[in-house]
Amino acid sequence: MLELKGITKKFDGKTILDQVNLTVPDGQILTIVGPSGAGKTTLLRCISGLEVVDSGKFFLDGQAFDPATNRDNDAVIGVVFQDFQLFPNLTVLQNVVLAPTMVLKRSAADAEKEARALLERLNLGGKADLFPYELSGGQKQRVAIVRALAMHPKLLCYDEPTSALDPDLRREVEEIILKLKREGMTQIVVTHDMPFAESIADQMLRVEPKE
Amino acid sequence: MHYVSQILPSLISGTGMTLSIFFWTLIISVPLGILVGLGMITRFKPLTWLINVYVWLMRGTPLLLQLIFVFYGLPIIGIVFNRYDAALFAFILNYTAYFAEIFRGGLQAIPVGQYESARVLRLTKWQTLRKIVIPQVVKIVLPSIGNEVINLVKDSSLVYVIGLGDLLRAGNVAMARDVTLVPMLLVGVIYLLLTAVCTLVLKRLEKHYSYWR
Repeated sequence: MLELKGITKKFDGKTILDQVNLTVPDGQILTIVGPSGAGKTTLLRCISGLEVVDSGKFFLDGQAFDPATNRDNDAVIGVVFQDFQLFPNLTVLQNVVLAPTMVLKRSAADAEKEARALLERLNLGGKADLFPYELSGGQKQRVAIVRALAMHPKLLCYDEPTSALDPDLRREVEEIILKLKREGMTQIVVTHDMPFAESIADQMLRVEPKE
Repeated sequence: MHYVSQILPSLISGTGMTLSIFFWTLIISVPLGILVGLGMITRFKPLTWLINVYVWLMRGTPLLLQLIFVFYGLPIIGIVFNRYDAALFAFILNYTAYFAEIFRGGLQAIPVGQYESARVLRLTKWQTLRKIVIPQVVKIVLPSIGNEVINLVKDSSLVYVIGLGDLLRAGNVAMARDVTLVPMLLVGVIYLLLTAVCTLVLKRLEKHYSYWR
């Protein structure tokens, strides 16, 4: 369970996030919606530790933690970026096993076995040895999801998962997110796509732009 | 033909000097260039300022002038090099600056998202650099580095100014002694061969890195 208490973030004196409180119970999906510039992505970046908050506290399973400095315990938060940010110089498989082997110190054989199983589960069997440039947008996104899952995250965050995809691929992302939910994954999805948000959300957070 | 075989040994020994300057400059300047290039993108302002001044000096003055300063100027403040070391020192200083600029450009071409992606996967800075950033930078900078490598082959002829006997100087001596252009023709051919080998190696390298885009 993830809890945010009084999260405030300012950029150059301008308040983007003002006293945000929220709770995401285990295995649930929180969608964060709102117009562009309202701070949806900023909130996600704070949760994933890419931005340092000005005030407020984070709790994971009741334990206080600071996502920005938290590097060496197992409170891992996975992120699927809007533009996926796969590593173009590495194959699909290398993209997935890189962090498990280097960060979690898993053996190469072990990490590869798990990676292949994960790829299989997201319909990427047979793509393991391709490079990112050889994949479609939807495939890239699924690789990004597998790469995040391979770190055994407590929480998986998505930034605008539908925006870089063809409309007909929206269903596919939706299915993946719901499938992961059934497997118990806690997920946060930032989106401006209301129908999409409504169809997956257990809980919806609306952020509004500050004056 | 008889004349060619007469002057060839001196030209070949000159080529040895040219190659020696070339290889040592390359071997030392490229890694240094990566380090200095990294220094240029750090947020530690005094360091970037210092590096910028250094790059400005090195790129802003002729290499010929730098050679003269290192060999004839530095002894005034008590730093004495022999001719060869002075040449190498000046070349390394000069080429490191060019390489650093190229690497800086390459480093800045890597999207911030790549660093962030590595960060949320909890890779350390060093792991990110080694596994993700450097491989991508190498591919980006290879054509520009290639240009400088070819330039270096020819720039090495500047060492004549501090009295080192390189390929061009060997040709020059023979030309003045025998009053004929033939030595210079041969010098041209040898430079062409050297740069052809460089071009070939660089093409190979570029091809090696073409397995991803």
